Amino acid sequence: MTTRLRVLDDGAWLSINDTREVRVSELWRLESSDFCDCDLVDLVVENFQTIGVDGSTVETRVHGQCIACGAAGTTGWLPVGRIRDGEFAEFDRSSVRRSRTGIHRR
Amino acid sequence: MPTDVEQWKSEAYGLEVRDHLFEFAQEGYDSIPDDERDAWFERFKWWGLYHQRNGQEGYFMMRIGTPNGVLEPGQLRVIGEIADEYARGPGTNPIFGDAYADFTTRQSIQLHWIELSDVPAVFEKLAANGLSTQQACGDSWRNIVGNPVAGKDGQEVIDAWPVIRELNETFKGNDDHTNLPRKWKVSVTGSADGSGQGDINDLAFEPAYKRVETGGDGDEDTVGFNVRVGGGLARNEPRLARDIDVWVPPEKVSDVAGGLSALFRDYGDREDRYNARVKFLVDEWGAEAVRETLQEEYVDFELETAGRDVREEYTYNAGEGERNDLIGVHEQKDGTNFVGLNVLVGRMGAADVLELADLAEEYGSGEVRLSQRQNVILTDVPDAALDDLLDEPLLDHYSPDPSPFMRGSVACTGTEFCSLSIVETKNRQVRFARWLKGNVDLPSGVDEFHIHLSGCTASCAQPQIADVSLRGMKTRKDGDPVEALDVGLGGGLGDDPQFARWVTQRVPVDEVPGAIANLIESFAAEREDGESFRAFVARHDDDELDALVDPEETDYDDPMMHNTKRTWYPYAENDGIDEGPPVPADD
Repeated sequence: MTTRLRVLDDGAWLSINDTREVRVSELWRLESSDFCDCDLVDLVVENFQTIGVDGSTVETRVHGQCIACGAAGTTGWLPVGRIRDGEFAEFDRSSVRRSRTGIHRR
Repeated sequence: MPTDVEQWKSEAYGLEVRDHLFEFAQEGYDSIPDDERDAWFERFKWWGLYHQRNGQEGYFMMRIGTPNGVLEPGQLRVIGEIADEYARGPGTNPIFGDAYADFTTRQSIQLHWIELSDVPAVFEKLAANGLSTQQACGDSWRNIVGNPVAGKDGQEVIDAWPVIRELNETFKGNDDHTNLPRKWKVSVTGSADGSGQGDINDLAFEPAYKRVETGGDGDEDTVGFNVRVGGGLARNEPRLARDIDVWVPPEKVSDVAGGLSALFRDYGDREDRYNARVKFLVDEWGAEAVRETLQEEYVDFELETAGRDVREEYTYNAGEGERNDLIGVHEQKDGTNFVGLNVLVGRMGAADVLELADLAEEYGSGEVRLSQRQNVILTDVPDAALDDLLDEPLLDHYSPDPSPFMRGSVACTGTEFCSLSIVETKNRQVRFARWLKGNVDLPSGVDEFHIHLSGCTASCAQPQIADVSLRGMKTRKDGDPVEALDVGLGGGLGDDPQFARWVTQRVPVDEVPGAIANLIESFAAEREDGESFRAFVARHDDDELDALVDPEETDYDDPMMHNTKRTWYPYAENDGIDEGPPVPADD
């Protein structure tokens, strides 16, 4: 089954199968990463740069800012949710995410 | 690989979209197939329609792009009537009520809560009165901006209005320029005050003198325009338009503008929308290569080198000098006057719009013009009518002599309707301005103080060119996420334009008025004799300024600290995202 993944509205939304599912302006917590020196990055999601999929996990790269230290930039690939039986389920927004590297396809 | 948007545009875009739009309007919102909605919503933008954000399904923002902000006699009344009849939705704004019009920083008009089924009737009424939404949004020529009182301004070097009209007629609905890689914002200014704000547009024509051969008795100074390319504020990548060393006489502006638009069409980046604006092409190529390519591939005459400009006279949004805006009474060159009225954050209730249209007819010619500071201007008011106009009760609210904090406030749409914004904006800026007016005094001799609030980095409120720049952010306060603002200082245009420096990050919104009050107190105490705020900022480093900002809770109360993006409408009693209204019925 094909899953349609898009960044819409100039980076304001991630759309999965023609439904806006994940929005900017949330705070996400990231495990220590290259993004900044904080043990726990507290990231304001300002803009989605791209969307991809790794297996059943939908991932994105985000432009944002860590509100703990002020570092700003673009993250590595971050998981946002999973496709199961063609349905998208967003991960709990309060969960701690881990950036990963790898090959992604749209 | 081309983007989704490029794919959608290649399938249908421009004039042809109107027929589809009308079909959908006829058959109902639900007739747009689910899997085609994003494509059609993208195409609708070319016709000035933006689908509003999640929670407001089936409602649209409609932008009416007025060339140079000029509303001819009778047109403001049409706007008021349309706002009153069609721009009413399920959400009531606690400050502005049920129906209103927004005047934008690009001299346009925005209406909200427009239903698809009403679009044909609205278009018909607009067209019957010489107005249009065509190309108000989307990847094409937007409405051309400039000094709104072009043709009337006593300080004018050259009348830019005929040039703007020609560009508007040439590039509206022009197949060769319908589908550009991204938006194309053009400014044409004929006055010496800088009020066209060319520096922050993709393409700017600014008044300049050039000694040219006359063919007879020798050379003489001719007034035309110098050309700059690649300005813009969005996405944390602000750029001032670059001087490409070209002067053009008025009769050839259209050739050069068309050449540059075609250059952008052919060489702009269609594979990455973040990199698509012409400012990035100028970054990559340099101004010289832009000029060379324009000369070699897009115009069939020899380009003149730049002429003598009048930038040293620029004062608009400059932070000091006369005419930082066009508020107040100003003499026109025909001996009558134009009267600039302050519209706080650019929003005016429909009833007030209609009353203003009455005043324009009673005291002036009926014409109204819109400025890039979200204000309105009544033109052609004779001296004998001035006192009576100034005594009108409506001008108590839309003042020609407002408090500096009212006068200086600019705000974008914000989370009330916009998908990108991180924070609530217009109502918040109204609350800020009222609190500052009641609690803070500017030092003597400081009559203007510009505070621009933009909900995100798209920078629709032009925050980087204000004395105090506010930009939407998030932070935690007592552990809880709250709306916050980054604070920038010292931006402005003028002869030596500069963008604000972001000195203090993530101030919780309820501490921002206190921060501004403390900053102004320090400015008053430490300024040198007659020093402007912008000059004061310029002689301090970022750390010093950060210390002066000093956020503080005061008796200012902010009712929108929570995540307003998670509401269907921030001001609704039951505001949960799942409690929004159903898609409007197709009647």
